[in-house]
Amino acid sequence: MSEVATAERSDEGRQEVESAVVRFAGDSGDGMQLTGSHFTMTAAIAGNDLATFPDFPAEIRAPAGTTFGVSAFQINFGARKIMTSGDLLDVLVVMNPAALVTNLADVKPNGIVIADSGAFTARNLTKAGYEENPLENDSLEGYRLVKIDMSRLTVEAVKEFGLSNKEALRSKNMWALGVVYWMYGRKRQASIDWLETKFAKQPDIAKANIAALNAGHAFGETAEMPAELGTYEVESATIEPGLYRTITGGESVSLGLLAGSLLADLKIAFCSYPITPASALLHQLARMKEFGVVTFQAEDEIAAAAAAIGASYAGALGITSSSGPGIALKMEAIGLAIATELPLVVINSQRAGPSTGLPTKTEQSDLYQAVYGRNGDAPMPVISVSTPSDGYEVAIEAVRIATKYMTPVMVLTDGYITNASEPWLIPDAADAERFDVEFRTDPENFQPFMRDGETLARPWVKPGTPDLMHRIGGIERSYDSGHISYDPENHQKMTDVRAAKVLGIANDIPEQTIEVGEAGAKLAVVGWGSTYGPINRAVNNMRDEGLDVAQIHLRYIWPLPRNLGELLGTFDQILVPEMNTGQLRTLLRDQFLLPAEGHNKVNGKPFLIGELEDAIRARLEK
Amino acid sequence: MNVQSPPEKLTARDFATDQEVRWCPGCGDYAILKGVQNTLAQLEADPKNTVFVSGIGCAARFPYYMETYGFHTIHGRSPAVASGVKLANPELDVWVVGGDGDMLSIGGNHTMHVIRRNVDLQILLFNNQIYGLTKGQYSPTSKIGTKSPSTPLGSIDNPVSAAQFALGVGGTFIARSSDILQKHLPEVLKRAYKHKGASFVEIFQNCIVYNDGVFKHFTEKSVQDEMQIHVEHGEPLLFGTDKSKGLILNKDEMRLEVVTLGENGITVDDIAVHDETNRGLATMLAQMDPPDYPVALGVLYAEPAPTYEASVHAQIAQATKDADKADLNSLLRRGQTWTVE
Ligand SMILES: Cc1ncc(C[n+]2csc(CCOP(=O)(O)OP(=O)(O)O)c2C)c(N)n1
Ligand code: SF4
Ligand SMILES: [Mg+2]
Repeated sequence: MSEVATAERSDEGRQEVESAVVRFAGDSGDGMQLTGSHFTMTAAIAGNDLATFPDFPAEIRAPAGTTFGVSAFQINFGARKIMTSGDLLDVLVVMNPAALVTNLADVKPNGIVIADSGAFTARNLTKAGYEENPLENDSLEGYRLVKIDMSRLTVEAVKEFGLSNKEALRSKNMWALGVVYWMYGRKRQASIDWLETKFAKQPDIAKANIAALNAGHAFGETAEMPAELGTYEVESATIEPGLYRTITGGESVSLGLLAGSLLADLKIAFCSYPITPASALLHQLARMKEFGVVTFQAEDEIAAAAAAIGASYAGALGITSSSGPGIALKMEAIGLAIATELPLVVINSQRAGPSTGLPTKTEQSDLYQAVYGRNGDAPMPVISVSTPSDGYEVAIEAVRIATKYMTPVMVLTDGYITNASEPWLIPDAADAERFDVEFRTDPENFQPFMRDGETLARPWVKPGTPDLMHRIGGIERSYDSGHISYDPENHQKMTDVRAAKVLGIANDIPEQTIEVGEAGAKLAVVGWGSTYGPINRAVNNMRDEGLDVAQIHLRYIWPLPRNLGELLGTFDQILVPEMNTGQLRTLLRDQFLLPAEGHNKVNGKPFLIGELEDAIRARLEK
Repeated sequence: MNVQSPPEKLTARDFATDQEVRWCPGCGDYAILKGVQNTLAQLEADPKNTVFVSGIGCAARFPYYMETYGFHTIHGRSPAVASGVKLANPELDVWVVGGDGDMLSIGGNHTMHVIRRNVDLQILLFNNQIYGLTKGQYSPTSKIGTKSPSTPLGSIDNPVSAAQFALGVGGTFIARSSDILQKHLPEVLKRAYKHKGASFVEIFQNCIVYNDGVFKHFTEKSVQDEMQIHVEHGEPLLFGTDKSKGLILNKDEMRLEVVTLGENGITVDDIAVHDETNRGLATMLAQMDPPDYPVALGVLYAEPAPTYEASVHAQIAQATKDADKADLNSLLRRGQTWTVE
């Protein structure tokens, strides 16, 4: 470990703030994601609660300096519970003009903008569409602008390591990180340790990065900073003790699928076809081979779903994953899994649609597709992920339901959750309740569609089992025997039993609880999926203002929790904010004949807390 | 000690289910069903380890009639479903059955990829050059000019050759037979069964209702000797009554030519010898069409190659070798963690 002075300047004079939102933005090549993850780690170690959101460019190798090549990472950290990655920015760090032009609108009035003036060259200004240098005219009035030639200062700081100019500039992100660490009185040691481990084989690179980090920090400390910048203190939050890591929604779902397969004692066959933002799951599961996980990159989504069904038929846990357009392609196959009553987990990482829509923008507009989107009366359970870490439990639950009830289950997550991260109190895998799957082996009175009296599930038989040879298929099957049956009465009976089986799952899931507030309040804000954070913060804020509002957040979309209708009936008004045009609202109205109202938007961005507060006020102050 | 009594030998009938077979009387599918049941009996196949997977169509009803495990899936997707079965349990013997529409039209994509990946399956394509189940529309293998309900003036698009397609996408086993060749078919199927990898067998099948007699120009008794050549690895490519005709390779034009023994001084020694490991030769054989050429039947191409599922499981075995790595708790804790006191 190197001997660097990490003693912080006296905290005297630091302004205490409850939380802060910082965004690092630069070119794809500027290392903004890495910078953000360092800041996240350090905030976590300092005991803050936090939430982050990375914003990658949609283009793969966008030309340097262009607006579509801007990569950003946002973190909201605080001394209180953090529910979202933050509405508006307290601090925006920009490494070039393109990053400024694309991010400025999100900065608070009088917020801080720290810009690398060295990157505001004529060429970069033109690429960003600036006719004049915004750092030099009065266009940034209304913000606290801090111009620093980080490029030059970084090159100077790393001079002794004999790097080329280009290599030297790669440490610019660490220089910027150093300044922001100084602003918030953060310790550098975790980053230094990380750099030393990461670049153990290239000690000069490690040293240069550390030198840049220290130089940025020292730049602040030696009072070269303009007075308006200020220094801040964000106290640690009260957080449940234990071992933590950060986790994205993509990670939590893939780990949960693995955990679920282990609890069921099944091997995973994960079959998928690449699509944004669902590919993260395929990538992560492909690295879990030591657990016997099979991953299959099929030729298309139809083949992926079909192969997963084939794997389930053969006794594995078939899982398929995609985003809206790919889920649409899978639907006929999902109908086959419903008809043949085979377990299948379908993960839908929703994105803005219809058609290709906005691949990198988030939306929750596949609820109709999940609940209703198949030919015939084809019910299937649908459950949803609410926060980046929630995916772990939800994925386990999907495996449990699919295998216990011999049914496909759809998990709705979205692009925001998949990429966003939050701290996660790591569970002990041994604490989870097992739900080992039993395969039928007994030939006595065997019939492939003879149902369990309680769950209505049919037996699961692995091909290879002696004396249980049988045939299944998509043509309507005779009750019990499973033979082809064109008998209309039998079709009625089978349709009814398929519906009853899925509805019966309501007795095997928890009753709906109230997240915040009490039954009987004037207004219930009912949400599902990734709107959890902003709704929670907005409801809490409005209750602090004295409004009589409660939050209800659904994990189970189909079947709905058995007490939900009664619970919703106790509220005077129901507001359903969704990032779609009102899909859960339709479902609730239909199921409970309640006058639920919507608050809907589809601009590709998560709800802001402020806009939800306005929506709540509008209902309670009318 | 565990003494096992020898299992009773199964007959073809033991592979038949109690379900009523529902093809039209006289349909070629009956003969194929019998051929497959005979094959499994001859192979002493284990019904419990045998799975028939099919798509949708008349041909695809096949699994219901086999006393094995069976999965009648959705139109065109059987190669993908079967791939999943093999990924989950490579020990199973999996047969895939479908029609020309199922496997070359709606499912052409999956057929290509399952062959290319070399998943260890026996893939039986019943080619009747028509959509039987949907009442007789032309199919991607129908000859130009096929009159059907959807092409009353005759079809206008070029047909695909199933065998050439399979060769083109890198198939490791490509064979052909016909519903009426009750001796030939089981021999070809046995070879397909023994081949490790995607064994693709095109079976010419007569749809008596919607396309009766499309193959009679080479299957009818009166012409079959002249219009069929049954290829055998290592044997000269002879055909015709008394095996008086043969194929030679015209090296100047790089194509096969039909010759008659004894004419122009041609002897058996001049006749090309079938080499089933030669993809170029197999392609030329697959291209042959009456009336200028006989139809090539038998194993056109066979070359062993690693199977997809074996390679998948080899990677997994390698990764699991280090068994103490497979601990969920340590995976959950991988990367940076911190403790809140
Ligand atoms: C998704 C879908 N599209 C269309 C159909 C209707 N369909 C069923 S079988 C078939 C074609 C059958 O032709 P082929 O595969 O050659 O089988 P054959 O009946 O000739 O044996 C069609 C178009 C279907 N079942 N599903
Ligand atoms: S329609 Fe043709 S292929 Fe189908 S069962 Fe009848 S004869 Fe056979
Ligand atoms: Mg056909």
